[in-house]
Amino acid sequence: MTSLVVRGASILGGDTADIHVVDGVIVGVGAISEKADRTIDAAGLIALPGLVDLHTHLREPGGEASETILSGSRAAAAGGFTAVHAMANTSPVADTATLVERVFDQGVAAGFVEVRPIGAVTRNLDGEQLADIGAMAHSRARVTVFSDDGKCVGDSLLMRRALEYVSTFGGVIAQHAQDPRLTLGAQMNEGSVSAELGLQGWPAVAEDAIIARDVLLAESVGARLHVCHVSTAGAVEVVRWAKRRGIDVTAEVTPHHLLLSDENVRGYSPLFKVNPPLRTSEDVEALRAGVADGTIDVIATDHAPHSASAKDCTWADAAFGMVGLESALSLVHATLVNPGHVTWDGVARLLSTTPARIGRVEGYEHPLTTGSLANITLVDPSFLGEWGVDRLVGRSHNTPFGGLELPGRVMSTIFRGTETVIDGRIVDELRTA
Amino acid sequence: MARIVLTKPDIDRALTRIGHEIVESQRGRTGLIFLGIPTRGVFLARRLAEIVARIEPQEVAVGTLDVTMYRDDIQQKSTRATAPTDIPASGIDGTTVILVDDVLYSGRTVRAALDAITALGRPDVVRFAVLVDRGHRELPIRADFVGKNLPSALDERVNVSLTEVDGTDEVSIA
Amino acid sequence: MKHLISTRDLSRAEAIGLLDTTADMVEVRGRDVKKLPTLRGKTVANVFFEDSTRTRLSFEAAALALSADVSTLTAQGSSVSKGESLKDTLQTLEAMGADYIVLRHSHSGVAATVATSGWTDAHVINAGDGTHEHPTQALLDAFTMRSRLSGATARGAGLDGANVVIVGDIAHSRVARSNVWLLNTLGASVTLAAPKTLLPKDVTEWGVSTSLTLDEALDGDPDVVMTLRIQKERMSSGYFPSESEYSRFWGMTSDRSARLKDTAIVMHPGPMNRGLEIAGDVADSARSTVTEQVRNGVAARMAVLYTLTGVQS
Repeated sequence: MTSLVVRGASILGGDTADIHVVDGVIVGVGAISEKADRTIDAAGLIALPGLVDLHTHLREPGGEASETILSGSRAAAAGGFTAVHAMANTSPVADTATLVERVFDQGVAAGFVEVRPIGAVTRNLDGEQLADIGAMAHSRARVTVFSDDGKCVGDSLLMRRALEYVSTFGGVIAQHAQDPRLTLGAQMNEGSVSAELGLQGWPAVAEDAIIARDVLLAESVGARLHVCHVSTAGAVEVVRWAKRRGIDVTAEVTPHHLLLSDENVRGYSPLFKVNPPLRTSEDVEALRAGVADGTIDVIATDHAPHSASAKDCTWADAAFGMVGLESALSLVHATLVNPGHVTWDGVARLLSTTPARIGRVEGYEHPLTTGSLANITLVDPSFLGEWGVDRLVGRSHNTPFGGLELPGRVMSTIFRGTETVIDGRIVDELRTA
Repeated sequence: MARIVLTKPDIDRALTRIGHEIVESQRGRTGLIFLGIPTRGVFLARRLAEIVARIEPQEVAVGTLDVTMYRDDIQQKSTRATAPTDIPASGIDGTTVILVDDVLYSGRTVRAALDAITALGRPDVVRFAVLVDRGHRELPIRADFVGKNLPSALDERVNVSLTEVDGTDEVSIA
Repeated sequence: MKHLISTRDLSRAEAIGLLDTTADMVEVRGRDVKKLPTLRGKTVANVFFEDSTRTRLSFEAAALALSADVSTLTAQGSSVSKGESLKDTLQTLEAMGADYIVLRHSHSGVAATVATSGWTDAHVINAGDGTHEHPTQALLDAFTMRSRLSGATARGAGLDGANVVIVGDIAHSRVARSNVWLLNTLGASVTLAAPKTLLPKDVTEWGVSTSLTLDEALDGDPDVVMTLRIQKERMSSGYFPSESEYSRFWGMTSDRSARLKDTAIVMHPGPMNRGLEIAGDVADSARSTVTEQVRNGVAARMAVLYTLTGVQS
């Protein structure tokens, strides 16, 4: 029997209590008098349930130069996560049971977080033929989320079939909403900034129109739909409309779309090149409002590591994407908590309970209560510091936030009773307590 | 504290004397062209041309010669604005060119001017007239006509004001 | 000024200074001895990732006229056009002692990236980057306008009150962008004329007015009509249906030229599609500044090379 006590944490930003963990399970929350093998002094810290990312690119297999399942798991733990969903656009693509089981097993072997593979919707993400969805759902990896992320399932008939087929196995399609023809050669958000910079515009309607089509398809076939990285005011409006109509849709937004806008692109720094593109400040406001009123269900990182050479180049040659696991909670703190859009309780919902429910990840149903798995993240809400690559734990350094003053710091991450972050530092080796 | 070393009458007298010296040095040669080096050399050149024409009625041409692009300190100093170069349509071949500037100091401006003249043609004679020679030459160059020799310290500034540019005629040192 | 990336970065005083220096360089170009010693011992590297014989020759002539050594690298379509190799190429040029890099690239923003990347210490001159900017073209255009409209009294002046129409493929035109920013700075008022497909989606911040047809723009009695080269490929991409339709609504035809006031000029950055964006007889008329623009191009580029040279204050 191993035990651990977290002393004096503010539970979900509310009352202060101790949390007693035995053998990876929370056995008591309140005033704990028992002695334990390990005690964490959490005075002044906020206790959140372990965070769950619904959108993570771990790059393995095929992209080990930029991230591996182990390095990405460590980055996730450093950011306060205890579960991540590994996107399917690896090389080879995660489109068979064998491949998703391999990712799952390596996640278990790494041991820092629960790695939940996402299966491809179409074979090799080519948008033509369905991947082995049933086999992946019934594999050891128990895949529940299917996505061609990086590419949009553009063909309407195929999308309809995919929604129907995935719902057969109780899964959900996470759609990367980007009309391929409307975004041919697109480099950044279409608007006054793209007009000035002479970069090919990426119109908001290319996102909005796909989401509108997909919610109607989901409604007509009675399937569940999840919308990845919503980035426009119009998309928020479409999702709001769909929810009012009773359509079974959930939506995520990334932390970077809550902070940055196309104004950041003016210097052509490839660190700001991302898909979907950074939109206008009006879109940023609409996204925050969408989170505040519940239209947006989830914050997901879209952690997209890239090697230095993929970003130390010209805008056009640079890869899309930015790392986000380590900075996610600080950005949510800055963009949603500090302006008063959500409370810490809401942060737990957006970054843990709801993504776990969408991904059918077990153990997150009743956060920080007796009987739950001991997935706990302790945050220092009073911390304010300059963000820099020294805060990154993963293999790639493509963060656009360098030099920004960001609030909050993950001081401790506990994954099923095991400390993965101690005193704000990722542990080198896991010691099963 | 600025000290006035030449007043308007001093400047007038100096220029008149230089005019006489130029006429004398011409010894009957024709084709006299005054080329002023911008900014103040241009106006001194115009004044000298008038004075010379008064002393001995003759065809006297006036032009400007910008030496900016011929300087040897272009890489070391912040960029100077160029000025127009304007020489008579008939050119400077076979003429007597009197280069005119306000202050002679290191001699580098004159060096640049000689290069600039070479690019424009081949005068018979080139001479140099200056209102103030303050010393501290860095090149083996001297003036043919000097309004006033003004020994100065290296850290001093010699300031020439002309009515056409500055509203008043005056030379001061600070 | 260390680099010239965008005309947006120029203050009014800097822009007018460049035009005045251009005027002085035009005078130098008229001498028997056309060479100045200004950049003796310096190396200008012309790096053209996109072919443009005219612009390259113009920059070469400008650099040679200032006594610089010139090395030219054209790498159109080769492996060098990839980003990582661009960095390597520039570092190689740096190691070989290039003091100025004149950069032409088919991607927007490349000149800015090179200037800010730390890949090189050289002065970077944007000779056209994608659909972003072509600042030296705008400078020679503004100089041509100023010379024609104000003549001998032009020195020290801007283009205040001048009414300029730019017609054609604004959306994909680096010439239009650089001209708009510079003309705004110099006090001209600009009207863009193009079908909606060839106008950027949002030009509300550009400080210009827009007309959907050339005739509507000509109603404003312009002093200058700048026609832009139209890429014929735009037809297959659905930007406009046919050459005859383009010419009918946006071409600078003889009839439209006849509508202009006597002093108005017609410009084209070249190379022209005669009969499409500009009628042949208009291009050859006294209104046309096409050859003047080419001539002024060398002087404008000399002015830019010289102006970047001094120690940065």
